[in-house]
Amino acid sequence: MSENTFLLDGEAIPFVPGQTVMQAAKAAGKYIPHLCWHPEFKPHGSCKLCTVKANGRFVSSCTMEAAAGVTIENRTPELDDKRRTLLQLLFVEGNHFCPSCEKSGNCLLQATAYDLGMMSPHFDHFFPDRPVDASHPDILLDFNRCILCSLCVQASEQADKKNVFVMGGRGMRGRRIIINSESGKLGDTDFAASDRAASICPVGVILKKRVGFAVPIGERKYDQAPASVVEVTK
Amino acid sequence: MAFELETASHPETLKRVAIEPVSRVEGHGKVTLLLDDDNKVHQVRLHIVEFRGFERFIQGRPYWEVPVMVQRLCGICPVSHHLAASKAMDMILGAKLTPTAEKLRRLMHYGQILQSHALHFFHLSSPDLLFGFGSDMATRNIVGVAAAVPEVAKKGVLLRKYGQEIIRLTAGKRVHGTGAVPGGVNKSLSVEERDLLLKDIYQMVAWSREAVGIIKGLFEKNLAEYNAFGRFDAHSMGLVRADGAMDLYHGGLRARDKSGEIIFDHFDYGHYWEKISEDVKPWSYMKFPFMKHLGPDEGWYRVGPLTRVANCDFIPTPLADHERKEFLAYDAGRPAGATLGYHWARMIEMLHAAESIKDLLHDEDILGTDLMAKGERQERGVGVIEAPRGTLIHHYRVNEDDLVIRANLIVSTTHNNQAMNESIRQVARQYFDGREVTEGLLNHIEVAIRCFDPCLSCATHALGQMPLEVTLEDAAGNTIDSLYKDAHGVSRGK
Ligand code: SF4
Ligand code: FES
Repeated sequence: MSENTFLLDGEAIPFVPGQTVMQAAKAAGKYIPHLCWHPEFKPHGSCKLCTVKANGRFVSSCTMEAAAGVTIENRTPELDDKRRTLLQLLFVEGNHFCPSCEKSGNCLLQATAYDLGMMSPHFDHFFPDRPVDASHPDILLDFNRCILCSLCVQASEQADKKNVFVMGGRGMRGRRIIINSESGKLGDTDFAASDRAASICPVGVILKKRVGFAVPIGERKYDQAPASVVEVTK
Repeated sequence: MAFELETASHPETLKRVAIEPVSRVEGHGKVTLLLDDDNKVHQVRLHIVEFRGFERFIQGRPYWEVPVMVQRLCGICPVSHHLAASKAMDMILGAKLTPTAEKLRRLMHYGQILQSHALHFFHLSSPDLLFGFGSDMATRNIVGVAAAVPEVAKKGVLLRKYGQEIIRLTAGKRVHGTGAVPGGVNKSLSVEERDLLLKDIYQMVAWSREAVGIIKGLFEKNLAEYNAFGRFDAHSMGLVRADGAMDLYHGGLRARDKSGEIIFDHFDYGHYWEKISEDVKPWSYMKFPFMKHLGPDEGWYRVGPLTRVANCDFIPTPLADHERKEFLAYDAGRPAGATLGYHWARMIEMLHAAESIKDLLHDEDILGTDLMAKGERQERGVGVIEAPRGTLIHHYRVNEDDLVIRANLIVSTTHNNQAMNESIRQVARQYFDGREVTEGLLNHIEVAIRCFDPCLSCATHALGQMPLEVTLEDAAGNTIDSLYKDAHGVSRGK
């Protein structure tokens, strides 16, 4: 084994020092399921879907720095099984009605669930009471579908320098995205449809108004290829 | 006298016959017959559980999501809701559709009419009609039809499949597609898709013609019985095109009274509430619409294939129009009033749908690229369409933030609520012997309901036979007799 490689499911993966396991795997075309990780932003490590076993210990691959000689298990039945459970929990914690959701086919949560073979939500639905914020002229927020990945927070802060979205509240039911304006409404911020944060949401919360079904079902991102392919080529 | 059997004067002295649910009707319905001490039918009511909760579900949702969401309302005709909502949202956008968009929507709608009418007639109703209303229930189903007359069953299945194929190609998916969007459509047909459909359309037209022949033949054979079965007079209402032609996708409202005289014509459905109101009755979840100027007692009306074929001045496709004339001429115009005439009219409409599909497939516009239109934004949108079972009204108010703040839907089953009750009352008068809950009575009631509607609750249910229970109770609520029926057979309780 050459110096800067680690073993991912038995295959040697090269890395550049400083790269995370996730980054190196992606560069090598290897899919590690993930939701809160995005190549443009600092890893946040909140969804835990990218959990792998490094030398037998559970770690988040999006935050773990790659190190030479480490043996990593990724797509094992054990880990995928745990990932399915995490996905099921996410589905029941929010209100996800894929058949009428305009993000269907473009949604990373849905695509990942398909890819990992999640057949049913399994757990009882929480049916939480979550707000819809339509106050902005060009953008709709439907928090029913928020998975708290915090990518909007990072995009607004780091790319747009605006801090429109803030993670707030506590606990499983209390934790939520808060809009940084006096009224708490998006319409009262300087948010713009051209902001990076306007197109970052992996699910169907932050949406461009009035065009939801302009692209037909069947012609959407994950209709062309499964998440495991799209996510390593994008 | 119309409501003679609806409310008995002393219900406490009456016995109750409950039939629940009605088999092979995809939904949830319950019929109660209340008897007096002489075992005469004194009160007949059809209870339908309507999913009104849906309207609240839509409130607070963005308007562009509604055409997709409302498809959950019905397992058989999701496309009708998809299109009615899209039409309402066109009005919200102030959009006049491009020719390509309108023709593709029409194609989708005729595909829907074709598949729904084929299902309604071949799968759900032909067993009763071919084998007799009281025949052995073990074979009185589509499997029995396939065994006895395999050609008929096969054509029914393939007609439905063809309609579903049109839906798949125009809506993007076979069920719950997204083809129609506010202001237009999101895809047109490719040349390959068009050619695929063209390949079989002539066969579909021919088979639809044969289907008209089947029901016409049945009428000829059983004329007296068919004409009398569940028969009643009623006003009627539906859309017609500006020139009086049948138009199932768009038009103005035309109503005729019992004798066929026009009550109103080409009325702009954007103000339907000026003509129609909905009555509430304590014993039913479902509302009773009526024409305002006549009031709730006199103003109820009938919608659907029977009234549409009789209501229009002509059908704009030649084969179907020929059949329409025969239908109306038959027995001095009387089949237009016979409840079983619904099936005949349904098959004429299926033929019209097949012919219309054929014409549209020869129109280059369906391959066009000009899909979307825009206009001046409105606050209120009304979309009306002639769905397979009758007039369907979607009415929304959308606020300046683009969220729906009010929704009112009147589905075909609701329009026909009083009419179905009326028809069952006639059947009960004709077929209840006052002593026993017979399978024959059940079947006759089901046959009457199925003339109008195979999906009472507009909810999604699996096709096929549903369990059926008939209970005879005395005034104190004691069960005297009960009959249970499901796919395995009939069993009598105590
Ligand atoms: S709104 Fe979208 S991007 Fe923001 S936290 Fe929720 S899911 Fe993530
Ligand atoms: S992708 Fe690593 S924790 Fe979410």
